[in-house]
Amino acid sequence: MQYVQTSSGVWEVVIGLEVHAQVISESKLFSSASTKFGVGPNENVSFVDAALPGVLPVANSFCIDQAIKTGLGLNGNINLVSRFDRKNYFYADLPQGYQISQYDHPIISGGYVEIETKDGLKKINLERIHLEQDAGKSMHDQHPTQSYIDLNRSGIALMEIVTKPDMRNAAEVSAFLHQLRSILRYLKTCDGNMDEGSMRADVNVSLHRPEDPFGTRVEIKNVNSIKFMMSAIDFEVNRQVEILESGGIIDQETRLFDAASGKTFVMRSKEDAQDYRYFPEPDLPPLVLQQSRVDAIRATIPELPMAKVRRFQQNFGLSHYDASTIASEAEIANFYEEALAVGSMNVDRDFAKLLANWLVVELFSLLNKEGLSICSGKVSAENFGKLVMLIKTNVISGKIAKEVLAMMWETGKLPADIVKEQGLKQITSTDTIESALREVLAENADKVAEYKSGKDKLFGFFVGQAMKKMQGKANPQVLNDVLKRLLLSE
Amino acid sequence: MHRLSLFDTKKALLERKFSSVELTQCFLERMEKHRDLNAFITVCADEALEAARQSDIKISAGSAGELEGIPLAIKDLFLTKGIRTTAGSKMLHNFVPPYESTVTRKLLDAGAVFLGKANMDEFAMGSANITSYYGRVINPWSCGNKKLVPGGSSGGSAAAVAGHLCVAATASDTGGSIRQPAAFCGLVGLKPTYGRCSRYGMVAFASSLDQAGPIAKTVKDAAIFLRVISGYDPKDSTSAPEPIADFESFAGKSIAGMKIGIPREYSIDGMSNDVSDAWQFGIDIMRNAGAEIVDVSLPHTKHALPTYYIISPAEASANLARYDGVRYGFRAEGAKSLNEMYKKTRQEGFGAEVKRRILVGTYVLSAGYYDAYYLKALKVRELIKKDFADAFGRVDMLLMPTTPHGAFAFGEEPDDPVSMYLNDIFTVTANMAELPGISVPICLDNLHRPLGLQLMAPKFREDLLIQGGYILEQSANFPILDEIEG
Repeated sequence: MQYVQTSSGVWEVVIGLEVHAQVISESKLFSSASTKFGVGPNENVSFVDAALPGVLPVANSFCIDQAIKTGLGLNGNINLVSRFDRKNYFYADLPQGYQISQYDHPIISGGYVEIETKDGLKKINLERIHLEQDAGKSMHDQHPTQSYIDLNRSGIALMEIVTKPDMRNAAEVSAFLHQLRSILRYLKTCDGNMDEGSMRADVNVSLHRPEDPFGTRVEIKNVNSIKFMMSAIDFEVNRQVEILESGGIIDQETRLFDAASGKTFVMRSKEDAQDYRYFPEPDLPPLVLQQSRVDAIRATIPELPMAKVRRFQQNFGLSHYDASTIASEAEIANFYEEALAVGSMNVDRDFAKLLANWLVVELFSLLNKEGLSICSGKVSAENFGKLVMLIKTNVISGKIAKEVLAMMWETGKLPADIVKEQGLKQITSTDTIESALREVLAENADKVAEYKSGKDKLFGFFVGQAMKKMQGKANPQVLNDVLKRLLLSE
Repeated sequence: MHRLSLFDTKKALLERKFSSVELTQCFLERMEKHRDLNAFITVCADEALEAARQSDIKISAGSAGELEGIPLAIKDLFLTKGIRTTAGSKMLHNFVPPYESTVTRKLLDAGAVFLGKANMDEFAMGSANITSYYGRVINPWSCGNKKLVPGGSSGGSAAAVAGHLCVAATASDTGGSIRQPAAFCGLVGLKPTYGRCSRYGMVAFASSLDQAGPIAKTVKDAAIFLRVISGYDPKDSTSAPEPIADFESFAGKSIAGMKIGIPREYSIDGMSNDVSDAWQFGIDIMRNAGAEIVDVSLPHTKHALPTYYIISPAEASANLARYDGVRYGFRAEGAKSLNEMYKKTRQEGFGAEVKRRILVGTYVLSAGYYDAYYLKALKVRELIKKDFADAFGRVDMLLMPTTPHGAFAFGEEPDDPVSMYLNDIFTVTANMAELPGISVPICLDNLHRPLGLQLMAPKFREDLLIQGGYILEQSANFPILDEIEG
């Protein structure tokens, strides 16, 4: 949907995002209150968060470090001097009557996120990242005539990540959000949990003729999942096309997405746009950073997902699918590399590929079935690596390996011990396999005759029967080879 | 004993001439007797007597703090844990703070006894203490039937000290609120350098200008008081980690050879002869003490007041947004919606002057006006700072009147707000430039009203103010008010 083609010509869709990412931090941006999620209403509220008279904000240096780390991870410029400002508006869950934010001197300028599109890699440029405090929460459904306020969220640190209008369709938005989330999780600066509201995004959508300047943009708020984001964009693009095609003009307005109907509704028009009367926060001196602090943080930036995908593909020969699935979460990637270390010092590409396949298919399906994460500890990376190594070295077959994995999952035992205890070691002896096969062929002389008269499919039947005789322990390759030889010589 | 300075009271207490309980009792009786001054919004008799008892024990035990047993008045803008703090507003008529301000915490730790919360202009906005929701304050220097204003916004603090209802008082100064009432009431008022004292727990008016300080009977008293309340506070990011001198030790040091600047821009039209004479008197004192008198220029002085009346309301408009009736303080009855609750609460909870400044502040920050007003004001503020920096390249201190006239009488106050704002014309510059300033009583005018002179020094040079102020004080030999008339 790069372009929307209609009878009148083409429209290009232009999309930019403002992502609010909650900073991972024990305490709030300007107070020492806890940020713990899921406690009772107003339990994590300090005098500062409740805006008592006389309180003053004190910037939490850990949150500032987290913003710097995010800026570095997203390829931005760290501004050594930035400033906090007051954004003034009245709302019952905004205790100060203003939000402390950063207006014209944000802590990070620029940056980009690389995403994969069907036409290859694309850079989504960032305008800026700034720090600001979150508001509280109003609850209108607790009492018939009163609204309740919960200030637990009030004052929690947010990073507002603002993109340039670089996205052209909903799929790019989805790819951007997935990639951004993945990077933030690698950096451990935001957990990216959209359900708990720790990552939220507003989206700006406009349409224009490719040869014309950008059109009027509409902002959509309150979109709390990537799936809804895509529906909201699709709805909004269609709405704008219809208006433009019928000769109308787009109003600059803010709309809300309603997940139930899949539609967007006007929240406020340009005329009602608030004048936030930003001005420098007089309670806080300018935020001045030493280059050495930035450098020290730079040294802690881990390898990020895109680089990992590339390395996995180039060094290990993984498929793009496997590489990006494994690299999507730092924990999975770490698990994979730890398991890989079971093998030789020089990476054996066959082992690496086999391991990736077993991780993405077999272990994931077990984890998904029980809704567990890779860190659950049910199967350690080392033991998983050892299991796949048993397959690789023909000690057990893949079929047997699935049983062993299931037993590892239940008992936590080492794969080699399970194989030994259960006598699951693969049989590779040609003689043993040949005698089993000879029995099968003797018992099924009629089928052998049918095979010879052209019923090739019976080959599998013989394999199955022989495997059954050998409790599945026969090496499939040897079995195949011997069977072929026997059938030819019959 | 109620007329003693802080220095002498401290000595008398340590020498056991009288106890803190006796002294506190004496002040509580005087506060009761002179209730008509309306210097206090809240009296804390029980708490004060209990604190005095504790102080007497400590004095006996030889473990007296710096201000042990000394009864003080606390401007009702400092949050005092468990004691109602109103900031002179209906908006906080029922607000009992759950925490203690840093300044009052330091005073308590030094052993001070709090007699009560001093009256003040609502949210410290005023120059005559006539905007308080809790009524006007009367200047103890009022004579006959003519009642004088005590100045503002720390009018209650000044009246309480001048009327000998306490030994000294905390005050705060955003544009002159320590120095102007000190001048009107014949007292010493010291506004420290911005950042010298923590603002944590002070009800904010204009954050970039507000500063706590003492109103006291003598320069030495102010020095002792200042040392106790000074210091960096991790809870206030704008407080300064500057060393704190033994300010008291500078009282009595010679100023011979120092250069005292006389800024010519402070000779304004309409300044009374009494004030010019007082200024000249001060110049002569300094010259006789061996200082060199130097004519200096602070060319942007005339822009200071208008600039102040842009920056301070702008900050106030945001600082006062928290008074919305949602979490604490006054909430208007009968509102049907959130917006109506805001409107009614703020309409009924704030007085006229506060509303005026919120409106002005909101206006100057609005889209389309920000550059013309607020941004320009910030630039002018930088020019004012530079004026002072240039002057302090040539002189050690500046000497000028604190106010263009003495205290005016009830009913004679200017009826338009802008004329009232002119009261701050000589004091706002120190706030704009973040400098320390001291007002020292110099003489009485022909109507028997006190007049004060002001010294300003470079940032964090309060020691110079004590040194110079003490010279002025000793030579001026200003009379302390013997007893309140009527």
